[in-house]
Amino acid sequence: MKRFTGFIKKEFYHIFRDTRSLFILFGMPIAQVMLFGFAITNEINNVDIAFFDKSKDVTTQEIINKISASKYFTNKQIIKNDKEIETVFKKGKVKAVLIFDKDFSEKLTKENKTTVQIITDATDPNTANTINNYLSSILKNYQLVINHQIKHSPQINPETRLIYNPELKSVFTFVPGVMTVILMLVSAMMTSISITREKEMGTMEILLVSPIKPFQVILGKVFPYIFLSVINAVVIVLLSIFIFKMPVEGSLFLLGFESVLFIINALSLGILISTISSTQQTAMMISLMGLMLPVILLSGFIFPISSMPFPLQVISHIIPAKWFIIIIKAIMLKGVGLSFIWKETLIILFMTLIFITISIKKYKIRLE
Amino acid sequence: MSIIIKNINKSFNQVIAVNDVSFEVKKGELFGLIGPDGAGKTTIFRILTTLLFADKGFAKVAGFDVIKDYKKIRSNVGYMPGRFSLYQDLTVEENLTFFATIFGTTIEENYDLIKDIYIQIEPFKNRRAGKLSGGMKQKLALSCALIHKPKVLFLDEPTTGVDPVSRKEFWEMLKRLQQKGITILVSTPYMDEAALCDRIALIQNGKILQIDDPKEIVKHFPTTIYDIKANNIYKLLLALKEYKHSYSVYPFGEFVHYTDKRDAFDTKELFQFLKDKGLNNIIIQPTETTIEDTFMELAK
Repeated sequence: MKRFTGFIKKEFYHIFRDTRSLFILFGMPIAQVMLFGFAITNEINNVDIAFFDKSKDVTTQEIINKISASKYFTNKQIIKNDKEIETVFKKGKVKAVLIFDKDFSEKLTKENKTTVQIITDATDPNTANTINNYLSSILKNYQLVINHQIKHSPQINPETRLIYNPELKSVFTFVPGVMTVILMLVSAMMTSISITREKEMGTMEILLVSPIKPFQVILGKVFPYIFLSVINAVVIVLLSIFIFKMPVEGSLFLLGFESVLFIINALSLGILISTISSTQQTAMMISLMGLMLPVILLSGFIFPISSMPFPLQVISHIIPAKWFIIIIKAIMLKGVGLSFIWKETLIILFMTLIFITISIKKYKIRLE
Repeated sequence: MSIIIKNINKSFNQVIAVNDVSFEVKKGELFGLIGPDGAGKTTIFRILTTLLFADKGFAKVAGFDVIKDYKKIRSNVGYMPGRFSLYQDLTVEENLTFFATIFGTTIEENYDLIKDIYIQIEPFKNRRAGKLSGGMKQKLALSCALIHKPKVLFLDEPTTGVDPVSRKEFWEMLKRLQQKGITILVSTPYMDEAALCDRIALIQNGKILQIDDPKEIVKHFPTTIYDIKANNIYKLLLALKEYKHSYSVYPFGEFVHYTDKRDAFDTKELFQFLKDKGLNNIIIQPTETTIEDTFMELAK
């Protein structure tokens, strides 16, 4: 036991004396959460649009006011003729142009039918789509108001309600993802590097010719990082609660338990990587290429798994991060208990056991 | 016997590193493995410290088999690898404390054993190990290898890259440790250090050339060696190699070491030969045989 605590003490010296790893440990999580939370977002806000009003009557004016008043759009310009439409797009001044037909109001009352054209700049397809949807729904809303006044004409009114994230805040999906990426990176990369460093510096040779047992070395390496990763997880959760107003509907205890489980999973992956690489460089490359990319691309963090091609969907099953993202989203947003996520929890637990078994089997008690 | 090696063979991808090596080291002996780089010294150390398996043969350290009882060996020996292998970002004292704890002891418990050595680096105990000079690093590494009072001490090229003064001090320390009953196996590429061992094994290309007391090894040298000097060493070397009676010629410090094929010969004749070759300031004098001479002879 004394050996073990001595070893852990030594590990903490290593961590706190290496400014680079300290920065990765604590600087990066905060920077990433901030970046994903503030900068990277797929909501639209204050999009510049232009209006080409050929009719200039009460109705069109009302619509223009309604749109300009919303926080999503800013009335940038009133266009006077057809030619101008192309110029504003080419200059990149606006993202969308709304064109009202001639005699808009008149047609609406007499013929019960009129058209408004929406032209969007689709160089960024996602934004174009969102703008389109927002504009259509504002128009639809307006239509409902007029229909109300007329009072007949049967119709189906879809009443939509978005649950768990009614404001469609993208930060709600990013925080679980960022937390997963950071825990994975910190835990797996840092442990694999710290074990391979012993090999590279030749200190592993001395550790082997000593009574310290392999599992003591591995546990001694892992323990400090469990501790530090938990601190990281707490920091991320606090940031998301206080800065991004993210709710934690479920139990904090369960969230903590699942996080520790995932941290141990990532650490065991780190040990596994260290057993197959002999230098810090390879350990880092394997961690980055082999873990970071799948975690970011295939875990459902950024791209929805359901729209991936079938082979990629299959691969996504073996990525622990995918299950962890499902778990934290369920706990934080839906507020579910263990009875809803026991399957995912078991999968992570099972994977961890596999990683640990392979690592112990592959851990070399000699130099060969 | 503290160390027994019998018919050990070891190859790495068809390259033979250790070729049928056998020797024994008595308890309390200071035994030297002397040979150039790549002779197989480090491989022998790693087999004895249970870090590598031998392909053939068997070995025992402190009475334990290197394969079956590897755990017992690991807690009973001290090992100092050829490369400085301590934690560079830990201070002198932290390194020593760490190695004491993993061997289940404390600095205080065995302080008298390392006192002579540690006292020299104690003024720098709060300095990081990576910032120490070469000689101080060796002293710290030796202290760490000794802190658990090992029965057998393995020192793989402990003085490589260390200044002459520190090297001399280091060997004096080894002599003192030996008096405390610790068996020491040390390797070195420096022939002058060989004379300080109780017994040495000359090794080259994985094969042992000779094992004996360094004085005995020198005594058995077949002929007299001559120190020869002239105004142009390079010309001198070429001239001596041309000389019809020459047996061996190689540079040795400021002199050239020369042996003759004949049992006895007149140096005047050689003197005249060199003079005819256009060399000046020629000195020819018999000299004492060193271990290096023996090694060169055996390695021929």
